[in-house]
Amino acid sequence: MSKIVEGLFYTNTHEWVKVEDGFAFIGITDYAQESLGEIVFIELPEEDDSLEKGEELGAIESVKAASDILSPITGTVVEINESLEDEPELLNTDAFTNWIVKVELSDESELEKLLNAEQYKEICE
Amino acid sequence: MFKFLPHTEADIKEMLEVIGVDNIDDLFAEIPSELMGLDLDLPKSHSELEIYQRFNELAAKNKELIPFIGAGAYDHYTPSVIRHLIERQEFLTAYTPYQPEISQGTLQYIFEYQSLICELTGLDVSNASMYDGSTATAEAMFMATAARKRKSILVSRTVNPNIIKVVETYALYRNLKVEYVNAINGITDIEDFKTKNSKDYAGIIVQNPNYYGIIEDYSAYREILDETKGIFIMNHDPSTLGILKSPAEYGVDIAVGDGQPLGIPLQFGGPYIGYLATTTKLMRKMPGRICGVTKDTEGKRAFVLTLQAREQHIRREKANSNICSNQSLIALFVTIYLAIMGKKGLIEAQTNSYNATHYLFDEVTKLPKFNKVFDHEFFKDVAIKTELDHEVINNKLYEEGILGPLHLGKYDEKMNNVLLFSATEKRTKAEIDKLVKILEAL
Amino acid sequence: MYYDSLIFEISNKGRVGYSLPKSEFKSYNIPKNLLRSTEANLPEVSELEAVRHYTNVSTKNFGVEKGFYPLGSCTMKYNPKINQDISNMSQFSLHPYAPMKSIQGILEIYYETQRILSELSGLHTFSLNPYAGAHGELAGLMIMRKYHMDRNDTKRTKVIVPDSAHGTNPASATVAGLISVEVKSNLDGTVNIESLKELLNDEIAGIMLTNPNTAGVFEKDILEIAKLVHDIGGLLYYDGANLNPILGLARPGDMGFDIMHINLHKTFSTPHGGGGPGSGPVGVVESLVKYLPSPVIKKQGEKYIIEDSNETSIGQVSHFYGNIGVVTKAYTYLLTVGKENMANIGRYSVLNANYIKESLKDDYLLPIKGICKHEFVFDGLIDKSHHVTTLDVAKRLLDYDVHPPTVYFPLTFKESLMIEPPETESKATIDDFIEVMRTVAEEARVTPDLVKGAPYNTVVKRLDEATAARKPIVKYSDLLK
Repeated sequence: MSKIVEGLFYTNTHEWVKVEDGFAFIGITDYAQESLGEIVFIELPEEDDSLEKGEELGAIESVKAASDILSPITGTVVEINESLEDEPELLNTDAFTNWIVKVELSDESELEKLLNAEQYKEICE
Repeated sequence: MFKFLPHTEADIKEMLEVIGVDNIDDLFAEIPSELMGLDLDLPKSHSELEIYQRFNELAAKNKELIPFIGAGAYDHYTPSVIRHLIERQEFLTAYTPYQPEISQGTLQYIFEYQSLICELTGLDVSNASMYDGSTATAEAMFMATAARKRKSILVSRTVNPNIIKVVETYALYRNLKVEYVNAINGITDIEDFKTKNSKDYAGIIVQNPNYYGIIEDYSAYREILDETKGIFIMNHDPSTLGILKSPAEYGVDIAVGDGQPLGIPLQFGGPYIGYLATTTKLMRKMPGRICGVTKDTEGKRAFVLTLQAREQHIRREKANSNICSNQSLIALFVTIYLAIMGKKGLIEAQTNSYNATHYLFDEVTKLPKFNKVFDHEFFKDVAIKTELDHEVINNKLYEEGILGPLHLGKYDEKMNNVLLFSATEKRTKAEIDKLVKILEAL
Repeated sequence: MYYDSLIFEISNKGRVGYSLPKSEFKSYNIPKNLLRSTEANLPEVSELEAVRHYTNVSTKNFGVEKGFYPLGSCTMKYNPKINQDISNMSQFSLHPYAPMKSIQGILEIYYETQRILSELSGLHTFSLNPYAGAHGELAGLMIMRKYHMDRNDTKRTKVIVPDSAHGTNPASATVAGLISVEVKSNLDGTVNIESLKELLNDEIAGIMLTNPNTAGVFEKDILEIAKLVHDIGGLLYYDGANLNPILGLARPGDMGFDIMHINLHKTFSTPHGGGGPGSGPVGVVESLVKYLPSPVIKKQGEKYIIEDSNETSIGQVSHFYGNIGVVTKAYTYLLTVGKENMANIGRYSVLNANYIKESLKDDYLLPIKGICKHEFVFDGLIDKSHHVTTLDVAKRLLDYDVHPPTVYFPLTFKESLMIEPPETESKATIDDFIEVMRTVAEEARVTPDLVKGAPYNTVVKRLDEATAARKPIVKYSDLLK
């Protein structure tokens, strides 16, 4: 059974969003890392890249699969988690503490349309 | 009974019993009957003796000539051991190395092949090979346009017109735009390149030695491309890379080309092999298979297909290329060729080709009706102009058992009186002197 | 033993493995600015060293002549030796720019091969220019697109692909500038007609099908599907990967397909070469002939000619005329098999497949019951209580000197194990295979850890693929770092 953290926002494509100090942190869920298997590479955006809700933000590759990461929200990238470039397997270790990008939100109301932990749990079942 | 079908009547009967049907045709019952019951116009089954008769007959309809033509396919020497080795069943009859534990042979030679291509080009990573040099060039265009998210590419007019045609086809259907950089006196017009280069273009494709055999000096190109973050793609004859400045030394991002000049028999155009090498930065945009090193559970060095998430069988419609197989056996051919020829032999074969072509050029241009066209250094193709009709020349040479030069007017009207000659290390002085003598008499 | 070395590791400075005649010409000098500044580190070995090295490398491979190779969708049939002998004849190894009068024999091989392919497939004309299956498929989709473009029917940008299709299908569609839309399959992998009807409209360029499909099931509604697609103005593309079972028995052209490719390395034995060179001829119905890739080879009276068709066609997809050396092998095979034996190829491959399927269905989970064609899919072991996966079964087969079936494809089943026993395999070989498969199933029940730890008898054991992809070492000089 994969882990789900309370208090985060989720998408049905298995990304999560955590809002802290006005910034949004985006990552992939435990369910996502489990289905991908051993993660070997993450393609990250660059700082200052603008993100569109539902558009491709980057990609994740495992030994036998590849998956796009879709941005749950619209905004601008202020920081990328560079440690994932060298150690993509960190996502296998803990998908929730290892965020992928830190984003300045353009429209906070978008968050309301995302799933809560309870709703996301249903998708994973 | 037939030699490729081992089933006896008894076998068939027993097998049908297990399956639970009365006869083999019951296994095809769901195929609509209107599709079945064919009577096809096929040749009769040939025994081995009849096969030889048939192909000897066909062979007699061909004529083997001494080639003085290159233009993308060169008559180089093939060491005898290569064919014996590549025809070992372990290499010849295997398929894709998806089960690495029993495919270490294929995987190891692919790894060696990649290493050799990296040595020649100076670049960081090579894939396991592609169909030919022209499709490899088109795939490099896909890499560049995907990496830069731009929809257009520049191509020098000194690139072989057949390669250009393939690039154009691949571009057209993928909704990419190809724009040309003019040629001036047989080389790429750098001023035209500077004028046209912009952030609309993903980069430029050039060739070395170029279509006319000229060795172009592309030293200034990297800096021009850096202004627009453009990608530098060079199609380079790999056989000349023991001698010539490598793509990496020119700051190239993607090197491609046809491996045919590495001793691959002419075979009327194929199978040859395309190579594609690039920088670490662009590695994950590469098409095709890549082999890497890893360890097995006991810590032993082993080879495995890697970075597979780029490929069509995983990415499906999101893959940047649809290539599935490589030209694996030809990659093995090239690997053995480079091992046998080695550091010294590759340089010697190509130096001899270079010298033979220069001798041919000197001797032919001494003739009053033949003159040089360009003022640039050439390698093993050379353009020579003449007031004589190309058909008259080539017909006469044909009668004497010689395959004459390529008529450049075939692809470019302005070159109607220009012929492209070539000589390799296989051409003797006597053969060249004979060629010159025939031309002199015209 | 040094047998495990790379060619670079047995290299010794100054050693040579070649000989060339002494040059008769004076030396001409290349200007310094054009020369490379660092030498390429190519190997330096003697001839025997090279020969022994590659002989040892070869022994780490498994080929069709070594043992049973039931790799699904790959048609690993016997590759006749005579194919090689014919293809090696020097009279066929001519320069691609040789004048037409000197290459009539080669052009006849090309022409006759495409004619026989046309006869076998029911399509009008083939181009042998594409180099491989995926390449023929790309050319075929370009033809589909060009046909619509020429009619100014620019809305048609979508091509329907079943979810059970080979990965190349959607990838080729993308490269040809088409958008692939997935149609749902029935449980047996055949097209769900109702889902298909919902997708059909004036934006559909065509549909790509493999028939029999990747689960080895013949699309029995094919005539209805063809009518539905044609009625809305679309074209039908046939992926020839699975042509073997219907060879000489039924023809894609008669089923209503407009465009197809054939894999000469699969159906026509040329061989596979460790993953190429293959050959992927693309064929079309009469109305699409003008779109075949340039150049084309035609018969004019008694003469064969080469014609540039860049003006009307999709353009050029290869530098010259495709892998002629491979075509020669296919022609040799076609002549050897001949009319008398052609239809038995499909019959016996289908017989072999059904015999294995029925013999193993008590140990392996058979999701699609009933008669299959040349191949079929098991969804792993029936008894999954010991968590022995398809991968484990495949690895254990290696210890018994059997090449494993295709694993984890088609994607429609979680534990796919796809078995294709070509017609060249005898009942005795197949009985051995059945015995081995039963033994492995028994081991999975009694000693599951034995299966999970396999293979044991191979030159290397299971590999760490994750590290290879995370920290790629892709050339010899990376190893020295």
